[in-house]
Amino acid sequence: MDINKQRKDPRFKIAVKEAWIGIGLVLFNFAWWFGFAYGPLGSGSVESYHFIFGLPAWFFYSCVAGFIVMSVLVVLAVKLFFKEVSFDDEAEGEAEPK
Amino acid sequence: MNWQVVTPLIIFLVLIFIIGFWASKQMNSSNSFLQEYFLGGRELGGFILAMTMMATYGSASSFIGGPGVAYTQGLGWVLLAMSQVVTGYFVLMVLGKKFAIMARRYQAVTLIDFLKERYKSKWVVWLSAFSIIIFLFSAMAAQWVGGARLIESLTGLSYISALFIFAISVMVYVVIGGFRAVALTDAVQGAIMFIGTLILLIAVIIAGGGIPKIISDLAAENPNLITPYGFDGGLTPLYVSSFWILVGVGVVGLPQVTVRAMSYKNSKAMHRAIIIGTIVVGFIMLGMHLIGVFARPILPGIEVGDTVMPLIALKVLPPWLAGVVLAAPMAAIMSTVDSLLLLVSSAVVKDVYINYIRPNASEGTIKKMSFSVTTVLGILVFLMAISPPDLLIWLNLFSFGGLEAAFIWPVVLGLYWQKGNKFGAITSMLIGTGSYIIIHLYCPNPFGMHTVTLPIVLSFIAFIAVSLITGKKDTNQVSLLS
Repeated sequence: MDINKQRKDPRFKIAVKEAWIGIGLVLFNFAWWFGFAYGPLGSGSVESYHFIFGLPAWFFYSCVAGFIVMSVLVVLAVKLFFKEVSFDDEAEGEAEPK
Repeated sequence: MNWQVVTPLIIFLVLIFIIGFWASKQMNSSNSFLQEYFLGGRELGGFILAMTMMATYGSASSFIGGPGVAYTQGLGWVLLAMSQVVTGYFVLMVLGKKFAIMARRYQAVTLIDFLKERYKSKWVVWLSAFSIIIFLFSAMAAQWVGGARLIESLTGLSYISALFIFAISVMVYVVIGGFRAVALTDAVQGAIMFIGTLILLIAVIIAGGGIPKIISDLAAENPNLITPYGFDGGLTPLYVSSFWILVGVGVVGLPQVTVRAMSYKNSKAMHRAIIIGTIVVGFIMLGMHLIGVFARPILPGIEVGDTVMPLIALKVLPPWLAGVVLAAPMAAIMSTVDSLLLLVSSAVVKDVYINYIRPNASEGTIKKMSFSVTTVLGILVFLMAISPPDLLIWLNLFSFGGLEAAFIWPVVLGLYWQKGNKFGAITSMLIGTGSYIIIHLYCPNPFGMHTVTLPIVLSFIAFIAVSLITGKKDTNQVSLLS
């Protein structure tokens, strides 16, 4: 049956793991973005702001550094954890009922 | 007409033409016509895949509307726009390899093919074809209006002539070249969007006297402009965060994006696309919206947000370079429109005509149908865009969030949750889109969140609950039958 077959296919295990990595990255991305923007750096008064490269620190960390950090993490995740699999079903041949 | 500005735009259009023609020659006759025309034979490499996803998603709003709002709102709107970085990696990671494998196994050419095989339900097919045709048709018309307005404002041509130029430029390569032409031109358009953003950002920073000067000018005018809360403090953390659903993770549910996740050649292409996509989307979103904010001290007092981007380009750049940079929003609009046109055409040809009207149509008939449906749709959009009917404008309001709410769970849970069934999918689609329209009309932005949030939650609950309730009955029936 379809269900058993899907459990057995090792490629789907890889796919599910990678989907979870995607969700993990989004959660981290959101936490970083939110924490720097609305945390102590951004919520204080404008007089108390300090500046990095001319930008308010909250903005620099949340948006500029956040973007760089995410790019690095995405590269690392793909290079370290993503596996190459074949997309075709040849290996299983005619077994596929559809 | 300012020829120095217009010449680069004309060169750009000619370039797109040539690529479209070239791509149409590349059609591989050994594959089935449908696979070739609507999916490019599943042969996209990493760079093209990243660019076509970014360019399809990045539309007029990223280059015209967004910077205009950032001009008014300040850095808080750039913060909001940065929620879109996730689209660069999330869609491909979540749909990922499983979607690629299943799409091949089902021999799916469209998103609806996938849903049809997954749920085995006529109703799922009709509902999704209907919503794609209605919503994306209106979204497309709205983008055409935007494209024509842009040409109109840059060249001084009348709206009709501008619309005509725009329509011809897009239609020729989409009709003759299909998906491959769309993806290839998207790649060029994406590159133009990237380069345009880079040039303009640098020019704006120089014209404003450096970032520290620009920021202090902004703070002097209104300190709120450099806080995360918007010019009047109206951007609450909850509201801004809810955009992570609308323009971030929810994008997984947009058919024009999803169909790209079944078009790539192999895992290597997908891996590269994730990396390139994240960097390019992030850079363009950050850059374009910063340009909007930085334009404020240089060019104060602009009343109409949509004119900020063209005006600032003409102000800070020499005319010919402004022409190059203004090809970027043009590219953004064209690359969105071409994908939508092809997608709506595929819904009509593949999902309605071949599925239900003439299942055994010959290759030649399909070919003729595909060309002519695409052409007729293009002409229809053109006619609509001459003076857009109210209904169309009204429908366009729901196209983005409405489609997300309809498709996100049937696609994602259909992929990863075995127990999801057709009853769950149908209810989820109806409740998702229905509640989006109702909430949008009667109670927009409930609890201070963007309208899309609740429908996504409701359609999730509906999908799970209905699948579980009907699931038992379903398996009983199966076991009785077998």
